[in-house]
Amino acid sequence: MAAPFDLNDDGVVVIIGTGAGGGVLANELAQKGVSVVALEAGGRYLPDDYVNDEWESFGQLAWVDPRTTSGDWRVAKDFSGLPAWIVKAVGGTTTHWAGASLRFQDHEWKAKTTYGDVQGANLLDWPIDAAEMAPWYDKAEEKLGVTRTGDRPGLPGNNNYLVFEKGAKALGYKEVHTGRMAIMSSDDGERIKCQQTGFCFQGCKWGAKWSAAYTDIPAGEATGNLEVRENAHVARILHNEEGKVTGVEYFDKDGNLQMQKARIVCVAGNSFESPRLLLNSASSMFPDGLANSSGQVGRNYMRHMTGSVYATFDKPVRMWRGTTMAGIIQDEAKHDPSRGFVGGYELETLSLGIPFMAAFLDPGAWGREFTSALDAYENMAGMWIVGEDMPQETNRVTLNHDVKDQWGLPVANVHFDDHPNDIAMRNHAYKQGIAVYEAVGATRVFPTPPYPSTHNLGTNRMSENPRDGVVNRWGQTHDIANLFISDGSQFTTGAAENPTLTIVALAIRQADHIAREMSAGNI
Amino acid sequence: MTNSNSPRGLTRRQLLSRSAAAGAGFVVGVGFVAAPNAAWAKEMVALKPETFATLVQMARDIYPHDRIADENYVIAVKGYDTTEAAPAIEAGIASLDAAARGQGFASYIDTGWERDRVDILRGMEDSAFFQQIRGGLVTGLYNQKAVWPIFGYEGASYEQGGYIDRGFNDINWL
Repeated sequence: MAAPFDLNDDGVVVIIGTGAGGGVLANELAQKGVSVVALEAGGRYLPDDYVNDEWESFGQLAWVDPRTTSGDWRVAKDFSGLPAWIVKAVGGTTTHWAGASLRFQDHEWKAKTTYGDVQGANLLDWPIDAAEMAPWYDKAEEKLGVTRTGDRPGLPGNNNYLVFEKGAKALGYKEVHTGRMAIMSSDDGERIKCQQTGFCFQGCKWGAKWSAAYTDIPAGEATGNLEVRENAHVARILHNEEGKVTGVEYFDKDGNLQMQKARIVCVAGNSFESPRLLLNSASSMFPDGLANSSGQVGRNYMRHMTGSVYATFDKPVRMWRGTTMAGIIQDEAKHDPSRGFVGGYELETLSLGIPFMAAFLDPGAWGREFTSALDAYENMAGMWIVGEDMPQETNRVTLNHDVKDQWGLPVANVHFDDHPNDIAMRNHAYKQGIAVYEAVGATRVFPTPPYPSTHNLGTNRMSENPRDGVVNRWGQTHDIANLFISDGSQFTTGAAENPTLTIVALAIRQADHIAREMSAGNI
Repeated sequence: MTNSNSPRGLTRRQLLSRSAAAGAGFVVGVGFVAAPNAAWAKEMVALKPETFATLVQMARDIYPHDRIADENYVIAVKGYDTTEAAPAIEAGIASLDAAARGQGFASYIDTGWERDRVDILRGMEDSAFFQQIRGGLVTGLYNQKAVWPIFGYEGASYEQGGYIDRGFNDINWL
């Protein structure tokens, strides 16, 4: 049967969410002839719709449904109702991401073995490793068209990168380049090459950056095996007396509750919505929520150790021109406990426009110390810090029964406390980032606190032993054979690298597994 | 300076003449407020003119940019001049003036030095009123396209073909 599919068609795979995980999984399964219904909470926006305007774009794309926060992280104070900066639209956060596409380092698959016992951290080794993932990374890099992989050249460096590179080399850093980016660097591929427009975060109007919205999703739809239902917010996953999932209830675009039957359900709603959905699907058989016999659903929330360093100079930089994330220093990504922490971090250039700089440079600040920094905006350069943070059981997504969303469903509360290792790493990164800019003559530096999280990981983590996590090596829940997790929430640990490439590689691999198991009649 | 808020065809000349007639104060006629130098003017809906003038000064003191005209601060806070919002604003400005008098000044707006006004603001920066005004300014002021060129920010670039041929790597001082 070809798409669109009937609500009572119990042969379909239902995928919840269409981002880096769900969008790729949907296409990969459709290419293999599997019937897929993808339910997307947001609407569909394509390059013609994107706007080169930070707040207008935020209003168009961002997930702003209510959420609550707690914990000692500064986001809970500065942006208490907005713990994440992610997208609610077909293609998910692949519309917003900057495009950095880095493989995990080999040792990062084995964080517990490599780092040993870290007090307060709930470290675990992934049940998979670098050798197993290598061929899937190859496929992911090919799909995304990642620069500096295959025969694809790097992107040219913009002004922000040139400042960053000169400072990095003055400090003796060696692994400094314009990154491995899912942004076309030549006209040889299917997408147009980067036109150095800026506004990567607002959706690439050229389609030069990879986004599932205009690559995998339409490719899947073209097979006739994929139906994407937009503005479909899933409320609950249903199961039968045998404990197998049988379908999902969702609110359609008109607010009516619908029920779609399913042979398999794959959850890919990002690391707040995925555990929230499992918890909101509690039943008499599963009173603590689906797939939660371990009690780990919602726990071990990771957001990467982040922060930014901005600096002003006596002459113009105009950092906003060109690729938003235009370069990287990788020398600090290694694991070197002599620095006072385990794991490592990347330094990546970043730029914000004036509207977002005013909101994020030093949230809550006012007066001339703050405004004189903005007065020097034209002379400013910037970088983002992204490093491995420690999983902690108490950093978790729970249901807040006191606050309901527009559908009357309890919202996610996101609790996060920085681990001492996160703080030590951030302080080291601030020091190094500042040194980079001072080496080029910075007149003033700004160690900027973390933004609302874009890298949300770990709340349904992968584990060898069902006691330690929610899903197995395939992203299949330990408890329910036909229920899968397909997004970054399955990350056992976060590694230092931007997560999208790994989410995509895992989704390609999961599609292969699901199709094989379906053919064998195992699920 | 042109003023997009200048209501009912009132010309700058009329404004100046009315201002002169009313003396050197902020208040021009009934329910009409203008800066002493007549750089901006706004007809009031719900707020007392004195209150609005003080609010504009407070906005500038929170996010002072000497190259941004009053007009842009007016635009940033004019949304508070509604029947719904006015009572809280009147109360907030009253407490601001009370704090100024506590420091020996006649009112907030009659406090001559910015450093003295900032001291007054520091004393109330945890209040809901201060945070409402400050938080609103983050978008109300900095998301005005008219102020972007003052910071050198160029805004949208797609329509001009990006910067690939327009200086994405034109830095010349490294």
